[in-house]
Amino acid sequence: MAKISVQLTPDSPITEMDESELVKTVNVIDNPVEHTVETIYHLKSNPNAEWAVHKSVDMKLKIPAVFADGAVAGFL
Amino acid sequence: MKEISMKQMFKTIARFFALPFAIYAERYLLLYANSQAMCTSFKQEILNGSHAFGAQSANGTRTVTTKDTFKAALYLVSGSQGASITAYAATNEVSGTNYTAGGVAVTNATAPTTSGTTAFWTPSASIVYTTVTLSTAFDCVLIYNSASTGNLAVSTHTFGSQTVTAGTFTLTMPANDSSNALVRIA
Repeated sequence: MAKISVQLTPDSPITEMDESELVKTVNVIDNPVEHTVETIYHLKSNPNAEWAVHKSVDMKLKIPAVFADGAVAGFL
Repeated sequence: MKEISMKQMFKTIARFFALPFAIYAERYLLLYANSQAMCTSFKQEILNGSHAFGAQSANGTRTVTTKDTFKAALYLVSGSQGASITAYAATNEVSGTNYTAGGVAVTNATAPTTSGTTAFWTPSASIVYTTVTLSTAFDCVLIYNSASTGNLAVSTHTFGSQTVTAGTFTLTMPANDSSNALVRIA
């Protein structure tokens, strides 16, 4: 099993746990703005806890990002 | 007398309801919202030759042949990043475990190019914040020229608010073409 970086409480340091001790949830957000995959882990001993011990986010922006329209003046 | 009292009462009621809305609008809609934009100052700086996204050959008027370095900083939802931003600033930047103020370096191995009438540029790799904890919601990344004096702003990009816990936040870059590139000038 892979090691997953975790933070057991909001104030504790980041450590590692074996993935077998965790419950994994994957949320996919797909809307006109972005396609985002959230990978969340809770402790297997407390899978419904409000605090997730790990959350990674992989985001791809879908909307046209930043665009500048160059323009020049004419002399007519 | 009775009519005046009703007017006063109406005004009082109107102010009672209008004030909270005005405060809300000022705080959350006008002053404290990030927005996606090419920074206006960046447009001027392009004309002044202040940014080098790619290396160029020395020529008769330009001898700078090295490209600049760029960084990406994350901002809280309470920030006000947008077109009016002229430079990187730490105000309202995220903070947390393993996040360094100023953000991370942007990988830039692909020089700007053109297709048709559009010039464009995109970082050549994802922007990655590795094993960070960012507990306060953020929704914006600022790209800025970290080689320039004053860390001149390039662009701001917004997304749905996020938090990260002992994890990695990855911003996958769009396709580097004339329709999707991160920075485009048509």
